Amino acid sequence: MKQDIILAGVGGQGILTIATILGTAAINRGMNLKQAEVHGMSQRGGDVQSHLRLSDDPIWSDLIPFGSADMILSVEPLEALRYLPYLKEDGWIISNSTPFKNIPNYPPEEDIYKEIRKIPNYVLFDADTLAKEQKANRSMNIVVLGAAITHLGFTLEEIEEAIKVIFAPKGEAIVEANLRALQAGMAAN
Amino acid sequence: MPKLMLLGDEALAQGALDAGISGFYGYPGTPSTEIIEYAQRSKQAAENNIHRTWSSNEKTALETALGMSASGKRAMVTMKHVGLNVAADPLMNSAITGASGGLIIAVADDPSMHSSQNEQDSRYYGHFAMIPVLEPGNQQECYDMAFYGFELSEKYHIPVLLRLTTRLAHSRSGVITKEPIPQNKMRKPEDMYQFMLLPAIARKKYQHHLELQNNFLAEAENSLYNVYEGEANSKKLGIITTGLAYNYLREAFKGEKIPYPVLRIGQYPIPEKQIHQLYDSCDELLIIEEGMPIVEEQLKGLAFPCLKPIHGRLDGYLPRAGELNPNLVAKAFLMPDTTGKPVPEIVVGRPPALCVGCPHSDTFLSLNEVMAEYGRGNVFSDIGCYSLGFMPPYNTINSCVDMGASITMAKGAADSGLFPAIAIIGDSTFCHSGLTGLLDCIYDKANVVIIILDNSTTAMTGGQNYTGYGKLEDICSGLGVEKEHIRVFVPLKKNYPEIINIYKEELAYKGVSVIIARRECIQTLKKKNKMETEE
Ligand code: SF4
Repeated sequence: MKQDIILAGVGGQGILTIATILGTAAINRGMNLKQAEVHGMSQRGGDVQSHLRLSDDPIWSDLIPFGSADMILSVEPLEALRYLPYLKEDGWIISNSTPFKNIPNYPPEEDIYKEIRKIPNYVLFDADTLAKEQKANRSMNIVVLGAAITHLGFTLEEIEEAIKVIFAPKGEAIVEANLRALQAGMAAN
Repeated sequence: MPKLMLLGDEALAQGALDAGISGFYGYPGTPSTEIIEYAQRSKQAAENNIHRTWSSNEKTALETALGMSASGKRAMVTMKHVGLNVAADPLMNSAITGASGGLIIAVADDPSMHSSQNEQDSRYYGHFAMIPVLEPGNQQECYDMAFYGFELSEKYHIPVLLRLTTRLAHSRSGVITKEPIPQNKMRKPEDMYQFMLLPAIARKKYQHHLELQNNFLAEAENSLYNVYEGEANSKKLGIITTGLAYNYLREAFKGEKIPYPVLRIGQYPIPEKQIHQLYDSCDELLIIEEGMPIVEEQLKGLAFPCLKPIHGRLDGYLPRAGELNPNLVAKAFLMPDTTGKPVPEIVVGRPPALCVGCPHSDTFLSLNEVMAEYGRGNVFSDIGCYSLGFMPPYNTINSCVDMGASITMAKGAADSGLFPAIAIIGDSTFCHSGLTGLLDCIYDKANVVIIILDNSTTAMTGGQNYTGYGKLEDICSGLGVEKEHIRVFVPLKKNYPEIINIYKEELAYKGVSVIIARRECIQTLKKKNKMETEE
């Protein structure tokens, strides 16, 4: 298996947690991994992306080449569009539809959705509301991950395992909330 | 041994820990910060009593590391590329004194300026100081090169420069670790002249340094990190890569065998033997290096161009600026473009901004009220989160050049008669590079107002401690600022009348005023609160 994933969002929305979960699941399978992160100033409410590459074979570049990402996994709709040059022809966009408006010229949501709908393979859904319904307000990112699982070739159990390990230090309640968020996201797909 | 998932920065730190390091020194700077942060979190480091605190700046860090090395122990100093400018003095001279215990100067460059003012290439400094330079191409090499770097340093008693770039520093991958080795024993230098650079001694030592150059070259030519892959289908082209470029090359060829001979450079000085071998056996050369075209320039010899064509960043095969990526490398081979759909026009930029509730915000807004009558161009600023005060809705600051430049530029402007001349500098930056500038102001009785933004941390790099914490008033008055012109306020909306009053009073004073705007960074505050509730 080989998956090149662009994780997109705004600083502080939790895309690195998604990377950690997918990375852990991949390593449990014995796959190789490279994950380029964004640190520093750009995190202050600016756009952030992480390149996550998983493969059974050796991985060379830390960066995904343009036009070859299997998926853009975005926790914010405008940010899903910013990385289209990376997406391959039949790649997927999985995106939260709730905007994060910290700029005065944020485009009208409908225009953004229209652009996303032009992509042949997409899942666009309101992950914020789903997270709230699950009483897991801070797990919007995990809801989005849930919607991506099957397209990435992982099973629910594999991702659940990773979540249990990663959130265990934060206590049982947090683990449970994230598992609920994950399942809700998967069902929304 | 276990396989750890580490950032390039973390792999280097873990390598140094396993290689028996005794102390890390540095000043935070993206993308180098995580080296020391990792060491600070490390249980292994705590158990072995490894020194790992932040220094006032890169110069003091390098000098301290040199002192540890002089005592026979292994030390590492970390900084970002522009930090090496600050440490350039001890760098050049430590090349002449040499080291005793292994000394690695780890510098993280930022091609493409993701988080920096320029994209200078630290390999030039290595070349300038004529010391060995190591350049890892992946996370495993970051780890392994810590061992190798200390050995090389101790073999020739020379500091070794290790150069990272953003993409490697901040990318994670699996790293296989080795059995840790113990720290060196304390050992004073055998040669009491070693660290004594009086001219007569320095001249001798410089001669010795020149003589060592052949050894450094021989080490590079025999290095495991300079790999010559000569077997190839076609000798029409020879390729030289450095740093991450080799990875991008393999990616561009989809992991298949490269049809041309490739020389992969990971240790400098550039290995002449392999370069000649490549040059002699190929019709043309393509040089793909991460950063500035230092190898390309050395090969071309500007006054006497070589007979065969040499391509790279200088002739447009690759862009002159910015970091490389697989597509840029593929383009240099005229491979078809794979870029996906263009970014739709509706996508707008989302620039970074001060956090909501940031203390700087109230300092800027209140200052704007006072400055309205003077127009723009009077507020010199510095490097930190507050550089974002340049952008709307603040538009408060008018310069940002290097660490400490706010105070000295304001002084120069005041010397020329500009009024008001205002400097804005962070608390950590003030301790890094502001003190001497303030002393200049006091000495000359410059008519400046210096606003120290005291958020109790080095916020821009994620909230590290700094050396002058809790001592700013004492430092300023100790340097000679008059007590009644050291003013402190809390940047909050409700305090605006008081704040504006303070600004006005100090603008009216003809001399050096220091105004300290003190309220903790909300990010470090949040972290602390979280830790307390989790405990
Ligand atoms: S990190 Fe702290 S200092 Fe920097 S913008 Fe945010 S609140 Fe302000």
